[in-house]
Amino acid sequence: MSLDGSWYLCLAAAVFTIGAVGLLVRRNVLVMFMCVELMLNAVNLTLVTFARMLDDIGGQALVFFVLVVAAAEVVVGLGIIVAIFRRRVGATADDLHLLRG
Amino acid sequence: MNGLPMNGLPMNGLLVAQAGQPEGLAPLELPNVEYSAMAPHLILIGGALVLLVWVAMVRRRPPWAWAAFTVAVGLASLGASWLMWLDVGRNGPRTAVADAVVVDGYSIFFMVLVSVIVVLGALMGESFLKREDIRGPEFYVLMLLSSSGAMFMASANDLVITFLGLEILSIALYVLAGLDNRRMESREAAIKYFVLGAFSSAVFLYGVALVYGATGSTNLGEIVGYLQSSVAPANGVLLAGVALLLVGFGFKVAAVPFHTWTPDVYQGAPSPVTGFMAAGAKAAGFAGLLRVFFATFDTLKLDWQPIVWVLAVATLLVGSVLAIVQEDIKRVLAYSSISHAGFVLIGLQAANEKGLAGSLYYLLTYAFMVLGSFTVVTLVGRKGDARHDLDAYRGLSARRPALALAFTVLLLAQAGIPFTTGFLAKFYVISAAVEGRSYSLALIGMLSSVVAAFFYLRITVLMYMSTDEEEAEEARTEPLAIPRSMAVVLAVSVAFTVAFGLLPAPVIDFARDATLLI
Repeated sequence: MSLDGSWYLCLAAAVFTIGAVGLLVRRNVLVMFMCVELMLNAVNLTLVTFARMLDDIGGQALVFFVLVVAAAEVVVGLGIIVAIFRRRVGATADDLHLLRG
Repeated sequence: MNGLPMNGLPMNGLLVAQAGQPEGLAPLELPNVEYSAMAPHLILIGGALVLLVWVAMVRRRPPWAWAAFTVAVGLASLGASWLMWLDVGRNGPRTAVADAVVVDGYSIFFMVLVSVIVVLGALMGESFLKREDIRGPEFYVLMLLSSSGAMFMASANDLVITFLGLEILSIALYVLAGLDNRRMESREAAIKYFVLGAFSSAVFLYGVALVYGATGSTNLGEIVGYLQSSVAPANGVLLAGVALLLVGFGFKVAAVPFHTWTPDVYQGAPSPVTGFMAAGAKAAGFAGLLRVFFATFDTLKLDWQPIVWVLAVATLLVGSVLAIVQEDIKRVLAYSSISHAGFVLIGLQAANEKGLAGSLYYLLTYAFMVLGSFTVVTLVGRKGDARHDLDAYRGLSARRPALALAFTVLLLAQAGIPFTTGFLAKFYVISAAVEGRSYSLALIGMLSSVVAAFFYLRITVLMYMSTDEEEAEEARTEPLAIPRSMAVVLAVSVAFTVAFGLLPAPVIDFARDATLLI
């Protein structure tokens, strides 16, 4: 059985939305971080689906770029999170309230 | 991962292509990499790597060595950009590396601008790092890498390269924002910038994916070809992709309503980093935005112009009105940078050649003004980089007349007082809007510059008209020292702002030639 490409696109859009909404409503920085990964992987699914629909290898090649960039972002992001929450109990974004105005 | 079929075809196109069964997929060809087309980028990256190795190998060094090296790298990349400028002037623009990178006046304009920002940023950072006792070359290495990302954004001819440039720029900036990791504010700025930056890059990337799906390519030239050849190119997927690209760029250039990170990050990041961010990251964001919207989605102008109009109005008004109520100089400058982004958006909305040249001119002159301003902020912030409330500027003219004068010139230039580059920049984009028949936007731009003049003048008045006994006493016990490298940055930015305000022709010609050589 084969599915139409638009199903994959809709799934990707749904996953992307879950990630975006999750990033905006969740309070734990690590969970927000996971939501970014969700968004990036939704983009990957979109790219692969389009590459299949267009019979073009460019979209699949792009996925590798996204994977590498996501890995680099994870490294830096976790580094920042560890640096900031080293002396705290939980990684809650609401604790960050020094900068306001 | 055993190549499970989706439509009866193997999943992995790459392996299929190599096995000699194309099935509609072209075999992968490795492009010819012309390194000369990316000489300034590579000089910056090479400089960063040499610096890292040098630090690991040599233990003893004079304290200014890394800054001097970074300045030398910036000057080298400036020289390389200049050679490329001459070459493009003779032989015309060209694309390189399988059409992924373009060498034209526009990209070289930004290479020159970014190189200058690297030089001034390194000078600004040197005495700051010494004062705050931050050891290690991270500041210089990250600044060089981040700048190379900015250059890639400007010279990208493929949305993938734009994305990579954006990420190289941003990831280094996240770390730079948290450089002073003993200060809680700096770490908080890093995490806020990181979360919102990662969010915006994901949105941008989704836009790239949708544009790819709608047009069949991520190459800007091929997208233009598709848009010109198809009868009704504007379908929902393409328009959604363009909108998401605009959102992604909007975050990077701090356009309202995507500006929420700006005041916090500008306030929390170390002051020289904020200066670098305001000058470099904004220029890079606009470099990508202007190229993608002016050159590529030009045929969809009627679709994106109204959206940019709304963004520009919101950015102008929110930036200048909220700056008035701030009590922290870095937040004031953050909101003022938002309103400056609004002026560059006026140039984009006009969508004519004058608008593009005006936007470039605005970004170039703003870089000098904002780098100079943050030099003053760094100096007045004193050790600890903490004294940024407006009261710290009370009576500055009595203690440091030259510093107060320089800051006054830079603030008035940002307000758009005649005989400065700031005035010409505003004049340029507003006249482009008039030429593009966006009269209401031109009016709102002028109105917001009047509102903005209020808070620039407020700081000036604080510096000249009021004195504080307590401050005066503290000034005697802890005098405000101006290191030589900071003085150089201040002198250069003030001289540029005033000299090219009086004799505008060379810089305006540079911006106009850059747009002609696309």
